[in-house]
Amino acid sequence: MADKVTSAILVGVGGQGTILVSKILTYGLSSAGYDVKMSEVHGMSQRGGSVSTEVRWGDKVYSPLIGKGAADIMVAFEKMEALRYAEQLKPGAIAVINDYSIESSTTAAGLEKYPEGVLEAMQNYTRCFIFNAEAIAVKLGNPKCMNVVLFGAMAKVLGLVAIDWEKIISDVVPAKLRDLNLQAYRAGRDAVQI
Amino acid sequence: MKELLTGNEAVARGTYEAGARVCSAYPGTPSTEILENMPQFKDSVYSEWAPNEKVALEVAYGASISGVRSMCAMKHVGLNVAADPLFTASYNGVGGGFVVITADDPAMHSSQNEQDNRHYAKAAKIPMVEPSDSQECKDFMRIAFEISEQFNTPVLFRMTTRVCHSKSAVELGPRQEIAVPEYKPNLDKFMSSPAAARIHHKEVEERTLRLEEFSNHCEINRMEMNGPEIGVVTASICYQYSKEAFPEGTSFLKLGLTNPLPIELIREFASKVKKLYVVEELDPYMEEAIKAAGIECIGKELTGLLYELNPQLLEERIFGKKPAPVELGVNPVSRPPALCPGCPHRGFFYTMSKQKKTVVTGDIGCYTLGYMPPLKVQEALVCMGGGFTLAMGMAKGFEASGIKDKKVFGIMGDSTFFHSGMTGSAEIIYNKGAVVPVILDNSITGMTGHQDNPGTGLTLQGDVADVIKIEDVLAAIGFKKIIIVDPQDLKAMDQAVKDANESTVPAAIITRRPCILIKNIKHDIGKCQVDPEKCKSCKMCLKVGCPAIGMKDNKAFIDQTQCVGCTVCAQVCPFDAIERLGD
Repeated sequence: MADKVTSAILVGVGGQGTILVSKILTYGLSSAGYDVKMSEVHGMSQRGGSVSTEVRWGDKVYSPLIGKGAADIMVAFEKMEALRYAEQLKPGAIAVINDYSIESSTTAAGLEKYPEGVLEAMQNYTRCFIFNAEAIAVKLGNPKCMNVVLFGAMAKVLGLVAIDWEKIISDVVPAKLRDLNLQAYRAGRDAVQI
Repeated sequence: MKELLTGNEAVARGTYEAGARVCSAYPGTPSTEILENMPQFKDSVYSEWAPNEKVALEVAYGASISGVRSMCAMKHVGLNVAADPLFTASYNGVGGGFVVITADDPAMHSSQNEQDNRHYAKAAKIPMVEPSDSQECKDFMRIAFEISEQFNTPVLFRMTTRVCHSKSAVELGPRQEIAVPEYKPNLDKFMSSPAAARIHHKEVEERTLRLEEFSNHCEINRMEMNGPEIGVVTASICYQYSKEAFPEGTSFLKLGLTNPLPIELIREFASKVKKLYVVEELDPYMEEAIKAAGIECIGKELTGLLYELNPQLLEERIFGKKPAPVELGVNPVSRPPALCPGCPHRGFFYTMSKQKKTVVTGDIGCYTLGYMPPLKVQEALVCMGGGFTLAMGMAKGFEASGIKDKKVFGIMGDSTFFHSGMTGSAEIIYNKGAVVPVILDNSITGMTGHQDNPGTGLTLQGDVADVIKIEDVLAAIGFKKIIIVDPQDLKAMDQAVKDANESTVPAAIITRRPCILIKNIKHDIGKCQVDPEKCKSCKMCLKVGCPAIGMKDNKAFIDQTQCVGCTVCAQVCPFDAIERLGD
């Protein structure tokens, strides 16, 4: 029944702005006439923990949630989080990965070691688009807009060309951050080649 | 007009459309955004943050007695706090429609247990409504108010995390204005004396019989007949999961009113299919009742009692469809939540982590995270308000067993203090506890996303309120030494703990500094940096447990994106290798 449904999973670290991106995505898809469901997590996990948001769209979507082996696309805001949620991907799914790492409280305290070879492992596993969105965001003047840079790449990879994402972004973000986020979106689009 | 709403936003909208006039809640994930979305309707509906869930339920019930439609909302464990008035409100019945919302948290994304609150509906003998998406969240609120008034009963509106926090399209409607009858005292109904209760209990049992009949025929319990092979009885979010997990041709009995269960409808449905499944998260609440009625079904032996379900888990557990194993060769390390960079609690926990003879009992809030390494402060945690009283019991236990070298500190946040810490403070004074209560006052209800409370000076609707000062409350209760300290000043923090430890009169500590994430106040933001020349790689700075500090090339390193310049690490460094820029 879920054949005509596309499932995306946005993963990262609490505070990275996955929820804003899922908001832009859901509003855009909804305005284009898709049935959309989104599931996000609030509360304790937002405090620097691992977070995931799931967005699903199609003619008719029942479940807001997917399980293992069910996502068509993943956007990882932090590279180790790509590993954590890799089992959610369908065989041959796409992963857009931010080549950027954030220490976990356990690695920062020296209790565990941040893994090496994350990107290589993901590349061996599935079709990846990897770039450093943080560097682009810093160049644009605000590291926080890294989330919308990643969204730009995601939108391009998804190929949903009928949706006017710049208008959606303008509607969703606060007016004073509009220009920054539009630049971030465009820079993200330019950062990946399909 | 259709709008994308979370379940919580849709419930708020549904409350407004149903003509409710009074709403009260205490914040708790995953229920918080219900009341956060009420002030947009403040011209028609009064809404408030109550100090705790029991107060919220009583305020909403009082409003119902006055004749208006009212609602209260809480997370699952909040209903434990509010259970006392709920059970008696069930006996008395209602004036205006009265809906109690419980938001359960299967998988415990943000909770200390996984209790299944459907049992409350059965135990309190009240009808229960369970929506499965945002549209139903809105529509079922109106139905819940109607059932409440038609059957003279509180209605339990049970949601789960994935219903609360999923977004889907909702068709909005206009507000229905409900005429409020003239208030007349009704002592037989609302004075809960034993004499009245004996009459009420009989009425409740009769009401349950009428509700059973209603449940078998009501519009929100419906069959979707698609074929005679497989039938699924389900409710709430599990309906959505089942629609995707079961093959085409599966028939569904989708339940919206789950207490009392529509047993005759279930019997009829069961007779139309060859194989009957019951799909529900957590306890076999429906399954047990269905089996008790002599209807054969398959349920928990496949779906399991623990955590959340999803379509893939159902496919795996019911049809044996296992996903291909994933082997990447590299594994992620854990990433537990942590106190934010600049969190005012860090200084307190660092100070306590150096105390050798103290026992610290904890409470529910961001500061719970202080138990994690490297800080490792707090040894026991149970519930809201338990921080002081667990401390009291441990101190009395140590006293009774002759242990003299332990000093017990009980901690809780400012919002938790108003929730249920004042009674614990009274306990410490009244029964002479060798306990130091510590209020970690960050001037907000932090973990749930910054809600106001009686100590912040603002209400949910944005009005200015009188600030209730924690120190005044403690003084009134009888604490003779109240130490107010900035926890980010480690010397002062150390001294405060020492003074409290050595005090000969009842002492309490208030650590006071606003949460670094509060938006409408000006924080003293800066950046700290490590001078690699001075750094001796002693890793002392790692002991404050700040996510912004790590080691790079064998020297301490501070992530400039995350650092806010709180200087706790700088105060800890024995070599003055960390400096705040620009000072």
